[in-house]
This record gives sequence, structure tokens and C-alpha cells, in this order.
Amino acid sequence: MIHELQSILARHHGDPTHLLQVLREVQDALTWISPESIDYVADELGLPRARVEGVAGFYSFLHSDAPCRYRLLFSDNITDRMLGNQELLTYLCEKLWVERGHRSEDGLVSVDTTSCTGMCDQGPALLVNGWAIPRLSRERLDRIAELILAQTPVERWPRELFAVEDNIRRADILLDNPMQPGDSLRAVLADGREATLEEIRRSNLRGRGGAGFATALKWEACRDAPGDGANTQRYVVCNADEGEPGTFKDRVLLTTQADLLFEGMTVCAYVVGASGGKTRGFLYLRGEYRYLLEPLNEVLARRRAANVLGRDILGHTGFDFDIEIHLGAGAYVCGEESALIESLEGKRGIPRNRPPFPVTHGYLQRPTTVNNVETFCAAALVTAGGAEWYRSVGTAKSAGSKVLSVSGDCARPGIYEYPFGVTVRQVLEDCGADPGNGGTLAVQISGPSGVCIAADEFDRRIAFEDIATAGAFMVFDASRDMFEVARNFAHFFAHESCGFCTPCRVGTAMLRSTMDKIAEGHGTLYDLAEIEKLDRVLNQSAHCGLGHSACNPTLDTMKRFRPTYERRLKSQDFEPAFDLDGALAAARRMTGRDDAGAHLSTEEA
Amino acid sequence: MTDTFLLDGEDVAFAPGQSVLQAALSAGRYIPHLCYHPEFKPHGSCKVCTVKANGRTAASCTLPAQAGLNVESETGEMNDLRRTLVQMLFAEGNHFCPSCEKSGNCALQALGADLGVMTAGFRHFYPDRPVDASHPDFLLDFNRCILCELCVRASCEVDEKCVFALSGRGIDKHLVVNAASGRLADTNIALSDKAATVCPVGVIIQKRVGFSVPIGQRRYDQRPIRAQALDDAPRQAAASGGCAACEGTA
Repeated sequence: MIHELQSILARHHGDPTHLLQVLREVQDALTWISPESIDYVADELGLPRARVEGVAGFYSFLHSDAPCRYRLLFSDNITDRMLGNQELLTYLCEKLWVERGHRSEDGLVSVDTTSCTGMCDQGPALLVNGWAIPRLSRERLDRIAELILAQTPVERWPRELFAVEDNIRRADILLDNPMQPGDSLRAVLADGREATLEEIRRSNLRGRGGAGFATALKWEACRDAPGDGANTQRYVVCNADEGEPGTFKDRVLLTTQADLLFEGMTVCAYVVGASGGKTRGFLYLRGEYRYLLEPLNEVLARRRAANVLGRDILGHTGFDFDIEIHLGAGAYVCGEESALIESLEGKRGIPRNRPPFPVTHGYLQRPTTVNNVETFCAAALVTAGGAEWYRSVGTAKSAGSKVLSVSGDCARPGIYEYPFGVTVRQVLEDCGADPGNGGTLAVQISGPSGVCIAADEFDRRIAFEDIATAGAFMVFDASRDMFEVARNFAHFFAHESCGFCTPCRVGTAMLRSTMDKIAEGHGTLYDLAEIEKLDRVLNQSAHCGLGHSACNPTLDTMKRFRPTYERRLKSQDFEPAFDLDGALAAARRMTGRDDAGAHLSTEEA
Repeated sequence: MTDTFLLDGEDVAFAPGQSVLQAALSAGRYIPHLCYHPEFKPHGSCKVCTVKANGRTAASCTLPAQAGLNVESETGEMNDLRRTLVQMLFAEGNHFCPSCEKSGNCALQALGADLGVMTAGFRHFYPDRPVDASHPDFLLDFNRCILCELCVRASCEVDEKCVFALSGRGIDKHLVVNAASGRLADTNIALSDKAATVCPVGVIIQKRVGFSVPIGQRRYDQRPIRAQALDDAPRQAAASGGCAACEGTA
């Protein structure tokens, strides 16, 4: 064991900011993070043991319980559920003789669930030791069970099992771009820093991660940040922690547009970096996309060889920029930019107090620009094609295009890129859903953090001025129960709350248990009122957007599909959650009584 | 000339770098709070000190004071929110005030009393949190932990020992100690440590002194928490706000 740990730590030069990366590799090598390995890593990195234990305990894909050779995690987004993941999970558990959530007695295998793994257009999906397998069926699970029982190492499993489709159904200016590596860079190096920033500003480019912050403002604030005295180091970080359930467009961009993305990051580095100053880049890749690490590193290597990355880029003396990929390990909250930076520093992914903002105090407290994958791609398009051209696409307030991840009840799930301003109805028609005639019941746009809309709103538009979205577009037809959709999302938020602040830590767990209580038929109107109260508390006081939006899906569906809640309620009146008469059942059995006087309700009547 | 902001309609002066809560307390104005401690950098996790500033809610301990800011604190809306947050903490852990030896010295209990919290309001979680009685001088009763991280901060920033840290996530977040055995006895905590006395609730309990001061004569039995907080306020932040050991830069 020591030899393996030594080589892992040597690879990371004993750098404590690489703690999460080190722990991931320890997990891969030993199949778990043993207490001894925590001791060893803490010693070697010069960190308190408790701090290492705290990081190991934060991330879903790090396991400190016991060794286990095959860890299977079924993606448990609502779209996986709609495709039958529960039934398949039970099927596999029976084949392997394991209980869900528990390791097999011999330590060979465990089967559990995880949050959406970004394969909604080809689900149900699972991860085996972190490697994605989509399109699950009984036949595929039979093969997987055989491979596990034969103890075949995952790296020797048939490649075909791991094949992930792009499913690009509609391409526009981004997915259909004709650009070659270096095209944008040559343009910006000719124009200079100031003109490039001005071009981004005039293009009206706004962040594609959901919040829609003006990209030029962010870059400018980072460029102008005083930084750390003489130290002019700046950081450019790409947020590829695409964790919002129902979103998978970054996966396809990373697969098909990696060059464009890295080009956009390099353009950003050029703009925010002081002349002669140092700028470093990071791509924070969600753990679920582990399989993309090597292909992306190959793209980086190719770009270095072509001198569009590395030292003196395109012969421009002093323009040095390189990109390093860090992997996440199963934590949705790391999609929040300051939590992502904490995670990049090798810590628990807790959103920071703001101000200060990352543009002035980001990675290692230095000025840092964090943008979404799609934003960097769009920036590269803007700098190559020009602001006028870019603004000619989309609407007056929303320039350019948006890539949507379409899944759920439709004939053609996959990736759809549209100019901003497209109606929900148009998307539904294109993907083979049925927006008329009571076919499509609802669409969840931008994931659980976004909005749930019903048929009367299908003429609304995808744009910053109407429905802003990070890209998820989940379709539900009339056969679906929107209460169950909301309950799935309530479980998601409770599972992903970082636990830093009281309202989110406790409130998301309360929302989950209240939804479960209603599902079990014990709910009352009081519970619906309590959900509204939780939403108020979370909106007023939660530390970050996760808490603010945790009740959204429940409230949206309560508003638009209230009957699905009401028919589950035990009583339409306000009643105590505790069933007093029910609690007397044991006493009735013991005394052998079941007469009217032994029941509370009849006694009162 | 000193800059001021408005707190419930009255001017409060502030020094550069102060947060709204720090400035208010220095000026003798109380805003209910729990995880904030005058000797430490504001943390912002309990959210009890939430106020409305220019119409937007924010934790006042981490909100930078700004000239002209209009802060509303003593309002029905904000105190309702605070009551709910305190109720959440009571529902989350296992708090049995009548049998707790911290009773009367407990900030959670005192805050609840001050805000008029009469019940937990929510269904209790009843978590399973075994106690750690391994250490000869301390009992760790995790049932009462409110995850304010004051012990973590004190042990790192003042004692430079990093005896405590947090692990887990969400509702499963919990305190861990710096020992492979997971037992406090195997750490280097000492009675003279800041971390030994900083716990605002009844988690880090010193053995053999439990009832040396009888209930009825304790800290919050004498004066309510709002008065005590103002007495404490002038203390200066001694701690750095960071931990070189945990940053790996020690």
C-alpha cells in the first residue's frame, strides 16, 4: 500500500492544494480511503489528519467505510427513474445478491444511487468505480454482473459498455462552427487586450451557467483587481462541474468542442493577464465525467505542440498560459464558483462568504475568472467572428445561441442548439414531444433550480429576459406525476446541501422528510404550509443559491399541479402530523379492546 | 468624519473593515447572533444575525458596513426568521435542556429564551450521535452540536492544534477530532486551550465541574444574552481567521 501511496503523492509533488486529487487516486488504487491512508496522506502533505478526514467525508465518490472492488452508483435523476432505473437497480441487486446501499459480505460489490450523472438522453445510467455506463437494460446488467462475478478488472470490460453518444440533434453557430485551433487567438493577438475586451463587451455575451452575468464585466473586474501586491498571478477557471440534474450539454461540448473551449480560456487569460504577468488555467471537471480526462489531456497536449497553449503562445513573447484539469468527486455544490475554488484548493466544497468575490479574491485569494464551458466557447466565437455578427444571432437582450440538454418524454432526446428567443413549444415540437392535445404536461427548465412550466406557458421563450436557463430541459407527459418529480428533486437538494448554513442543512432535510411523509399518505394541509414556510426561510437566509432554490420545484408544482398534492393528503383540514388514535392501536391490541370507546374519534363524537 | 449606516432608523458609526454586526455591537446595539464570537473572524453559518439591508436579507456578521446602508433588524419579519432558525437547530440535534449540565450557560438556550422560542416547531430529527467520554478531562456530547465551528476555529487559530474539524455533508455533517481512533483522548487538547472553553452549547464539557455553579446562578440566569453580548463586544479579534496548518502553508 505504501508504495502506491508514495507514487500518488510524488505525482502531486506533495502539494496540499492537490488533496482532493490525491484522495481520488487513493480511492482508485485501494478501492477506499482507509484510516491508514488518511494518516499517511496527512503526514506527507503536512496537514492535520482531521482536515484530510473532513475532505474525504465531504465528497460522494470518496468512500472511507470499507474496501469494495466494484462500486456501482445508479444515476437517480427523475429522468433515470422514468426510464426504469429503480426496477433495474433491484434486478442487479438480486443478481449480485446484495442489498441496496450495502457492500456484499465478501467486499466485492456495492450498489447504490447517486445524483444525476449527466446521461439523461441515454439513461438509465450508472457509474462503476467512477466510469460511466449509459443505456442500461437487463441485458447490459447481465453482462455487468457476469464481469463482476468473474472479477474482471473494470479496465478490461468491453469498451462498448462505456460508449457515450453525443446525440446532437440541432446545431447552430456554436456546435456548427468551422473554426480551427488558433483562429480566435490570432485575431485577439492582432487586436490587443483592450480591443478584445471591448469586442466581448459589445457582443453582449452573458454567462451560460445560469446567472447570466455579463462576461466582459467579469473579465474586466478580474483584470483590474489589485491582486497581491507585487504578485500579478491571475487564474482562469472553467467550471465544468455540470451537476444540475437534466443538464448534459457541457459533456457534449467537452467531447466535441474541447479546442474551442480551451481557445476561449486562452483568450480570457490574454485579456485578464497583465502584460508579462502570470496566468494559470484550471478546468474543474465533474467526477461523473472522469472518462473525459484523458481525451481532454490529449487535446491540451496537442495544443501545446501547436503553440496555442504553453509558453510564448503563437510566438507572442511573454504570453504564457497553461491549463491543468482537476477532477471533482461528486458534489453538486461545487458548481457554485466559490465552492468550486475551495475544491480546487483541495478543500471541502463550501461556498465562501462574498464579498470579496472571486474576481478579486479567488483561487489562493488571487484574482480569478470563473466561467462556464459554454461561455468560454462563446467567447472564442465572438473573438473570431466579431461582436456584430454574434449580436445578430438571438434576441436584442440575449445575444447568441443556447445549447439545451433535452430529455424525458420525447422521441428524440439529446442536444439542441438554438438562437436565443426560441419558444418552449418549438423545442418540444423539434424533439418529438407533443405540446398540443394534452400530450406534454410540463417542462422543467434549467433543472431543479430552475422553473417548472405547464402547457399554458409553452409560448414563453428561452432567453435571459424570459426563461433564463443553464441548459436543462426535462419533458414530462400526461402520464407523469409531478409530485414525484418534485419529491425526487427534494431528495436531490437534501443530498447535495453542503451543510454549512443552518437553513439549508436543516431545511432541505425537512423538505425531504415532509415530501416523503406526504408520499406515504400521512400529509396534511399543515405540511403544505410548512413547505411554504421553509421556502421563505431558505430564501431569506440560505448561504448560496442551492438553498435559495431548494423549494422551487415543490412550490412550482404545488402551484401548477395542486391536485396531485391534495389527493395524497390525509385530510384537507389542518391536523396534527401525529396520528393519536393510530398510536393507541398497540394499547387496543394489548387490552383486547376494539369497541367505540377505545377510539379517540368516536369518543369525541 | 465617521461613516454611518442606519440601524432600525438610527445612525451607527463604523470603522473601515467592520461588518454590520461588529459595528452595531461596538455601538451598543444588539443584533441576535449565535456562531459569531467577538474574538474570531465572522463565520456566517448560523444565519441568526440575518438582517434586511437596503431591502435584501444578509447575515450581518459578514455583511461589510457601508455608508448609507439602511439596515432593519428589530422587525417582526427578522425575528420570526431568527426564531425559525433557532427552532431548526433544536429540531436537528438532541437538546434536553432540563438534564443538560450546560443549562444556564448555553447560548442556544439563552437565545431561544430571548427570542421567545417556546417549542422546536418542527419534527425532531433525533439523530444518533454517540458521546465520546474517552478523555480524562473532557466529555464530548455531540448531541448538542450546532456546527458553529467555534471549537474548530479556536483550536486552529488560537491553540494551533487543529483538534477539531468537520466531516460529512448536509444533514450528516459532523464534528471529528484529530485522531485516527476518532477519540478525543488520543488528541493533544488541554484544559488551558481556547477550544476547551469556547463551545457556546454543551458539546465540550469539562469533567468534574459540572454543577459547581448551581443552575439559577449561571451566566444567562443573571443577565439575558443580549446584555452579555454587548459586554463582550469590545473584545478584539485575536484570531487570524485562517489556519496555516490546514492550508498546508505552516
